[in-house]
Amino acid sequence: MTEQQGSGESITGAQSLVRSLEAAGVTDIFGIPGGAILPAYDPLMDSSIRHILVRHEQGAGHAAQGYASASGRVGVCMATSGPGATNLVTPLADAHMDSVPMVAITGQVGAALIGTDAFQEADIRGITMPITKHNFLVTDPAEIPTKIAEAFHIASTGRPGPVLVDVTKSALQSTTGFDWPTEINLPGYRPVTRPHAKQIREAARLILDARKPVLYVGGGTIRSGASKELATLAELTGIPVVTTLMARGAFPDSHPQHLGMPGMHGTVAAVAALQKSDLIISLGARFDDRVTGNLDSFAPGAKIIHADIDPAEIGKNRHADVPIVGDVREVLVDLITTLRTEADAGNTGDYEGWVQFCAGVKQKYALGYDKPTDGGLAPQYVIERLGVISGDNTIYTAGVGQHQMWAAQFVNYERPNTWINSGGLGTMGFAVPGAMGAKVAMPDQTVWAVDGDGCFQMTNQELATCAINNIPIKVAIINNESLGMVRQWQTLFYNSRYSNTDLHSKRIPDFVKLADAYGCVGLACESPEDVDATIQKAMEINDVPVVVDFRVHRDAMVWPMVAAGTSNDDIKYARDLAPQFDEDDL
Amino acid sequence: MAQHTLSVLVEDKPGVLARISALFSRRGFNIESLAVGPTENDEISRMTIVVNVESSPLEQVTKQLNKLVEVIKIVELDPAASVTRELVLVKVGATNENRSEVLDVVQLFKAKVIDVAPDAVTVQVVGNSAKIADFLKVLEPFGIRELVQSGMVAISRGSRSISERGKPVAVPVPRAAHA
Repeated sequence: MTEQQGSGESITGAQSLVRSLEAAGVTDIFGIPGGAILPAYDPLMDSSIRHILVRHEQGAGHAAQGYASASGRVGVCMATSGPGATNLVTPLADAHMDSVPMVAITGQVGAALIGTDAFQEADIRGITMPITKHNFLVTDPAEIPTKIAEAFHIASTGRPGPVLVDVTKSALQSTTGFDWPTEINLPGYRPVTRPHAKQIREAARLILDARKPVLYVGGGTIRSGASKELATLAELTGIPVVTTLMARGAFPDSHPQHLGMPGMHGTVAAVAALQKSDLIISLGARFDDRVTGNLDSFAPGAKIIHADIDPAEIGKNRHADVPIVGDVREVLVDLITTLRTEADAGNTGDYEGWVQFCAGVKQKYALGYDKPTDGGLAPQYVIERLGVISGDNTIYTAGVGQHQMWAAQFVNYERPNTWINSGGLGTMGFAVPGAMGAKVAMPDQTVWAVDGDGCFQMTNQELATCAINNIPIKVAIINNESLGMVRQWQTLFYNSRYSNTDLHSKRIPDFVKLADAYGCVGLACESPEDVDATIQKAMEINDVPVVVDFRVHRDAMVWPMVAAGTSNDDIKYARDLAPQFDEDDL
Repeated sequence: MAQHTLSVLVEDKPGVLARISALFSRRGFNIESLAVGPTENDEISRMTIVVNVESSPLEQVTKQLNKLVEVIKIVELDPAASVTRELVLVKVGATNENRSEVLDVVQLFKAKVIDVAPDAVTVQVVGNSAKIADFLKVLEPFGIRELVQSGMVAISRGSRSISERGKPVAVPVPRAAHA
């Protein structure tokens, strides 16, 4: 039996829901009302919670994700039953893949109508079972506080993730008491955060014995807030660091030990370091296919220390020699303690040749790009300048595709939670609503949505939400008038046959007019000489959202690249150009 | 591929069966047999799940099962140290001429006649998979008209119980508004 405290006064289920959200610490909700959730919107009017009325439920979901990723707090979105709820499916799946703490509240038809194909009925609990960390259907108003408390607990602890709470209209309309639980009883939910001491000792031994170790840093390092500890361990040992797409910012890009991002579009140095290492220390990463390339030929000589809070990730794709179940921050703290003790006793690793090799590759194969010969605008240049001018304290969100990869490559990230994107699911259209959520959570930071012209047209309706609710985000549309990444694959693998990737977005729509129509400032830029001035101008506008149409060269491609399904050994740093490694150095 | 028997303790809540069966199908596993029922604790149900898989994918699916919030405990039962039972109800042709032969078989397998009609008997048999297969093989010549079989239930031998209660965890203190 759950212990409870509370007033015991008689209120509606809807009031209980709003009070529960307040008790859970919610200050902001993104959502849209509708029939089944309508009872909850009435008490919401009197609540201290700020509700931001979005234009599409998908926008509410991605905003909740952006909010959570920028702040570390649980993001909350709300929608009605049926189509309102199904519109949350994409953000929920996205949050599930990228471990974003998020709670979605949906209205459901009255309990008596469930299963009758009632108006706006959808079995959203059934639909979202595989794409949420957990979900609830609440039909009894007395259960509302407990389920809300459980939802926030589950979303924010262990490996974070999305939790959906579906509440029937009948429960919202019934009379009930309010008792906020003081204890939760979830006998099947006991995430392990504290690493096992024996595994830490074993890991330390492998680290000291290794000659070619790499710290393979994943998104879990960001979610656990372990950047400081990571820097300490890296500097204590001198081991080179790579940060995955989900971990950009977990370790400063300016740090000399940082080799960049590994993976399909990673740096040659990061890919080569993993590939040629004899020990991979994986911290909250999951050996995703976009990182490993062909799994059988991935890092053939490497032993693996795999630290993750989710035991199911360990050994899923690659055998772990030393599995460590635990929170990355706690794992790092324990590793630091153990390795310091070893260092005091005179035991340190000998990585000198390896560190030199990595530094050599990093220097020789630094990220670069060709400027268009016709004087047109290189997309990479735009993003590079954006990073320089806007500075370290800026939060960047991205959609999915070429612009996302360039934003991951050419902005220097110096701190965690400043790079927010859709890594696992690869959801086009994430950038604008994601930026909206980030800006609500962190109003004092500049938020740039780096978006593609394709992505932008999937979710730009939220510009209205931003303009009306004083959420002055900035959007950089990298307009190459195509579905650029698909077009790149068509160039490389389909004989340049451009089937359905031409969006004509330099003609339709007129993004400047569109921005204007939405009450935002619209700017355009198509020559390299105007880039800095345009960005400066956008930086000066802080009262309304700004949209910049950067009309870039359409044939630019993302390099380096490991083609899908091939080995990381076959990385090309430009078309048909493979790096040459001086392995005698090793 | 080897056969594995999992005993899964779950909270007795709506939708648990759907979560578990969907997880198996999503991860590409076929469930050979599934039995669900109450336990000595009325808040906990027990599932016995039989799957045919190699041990490495089984480890992965077990870990995924463990992540389900309502799954309390999973134990793989060692066939040598556990008892397994299935129940079959079978309607078999039995005329005046051969009824006594059918009844001989029933007696031989310690099965039980639970219904009699002029040209058929309905028999209940309980046993492990091998016994049931043998029984049905011997009955086959008489003409099996209808058959229904339960999922396998299994329990470990000895005095130890797999049940245990989890300890309640404290609800996080509500976060302060913007820091």
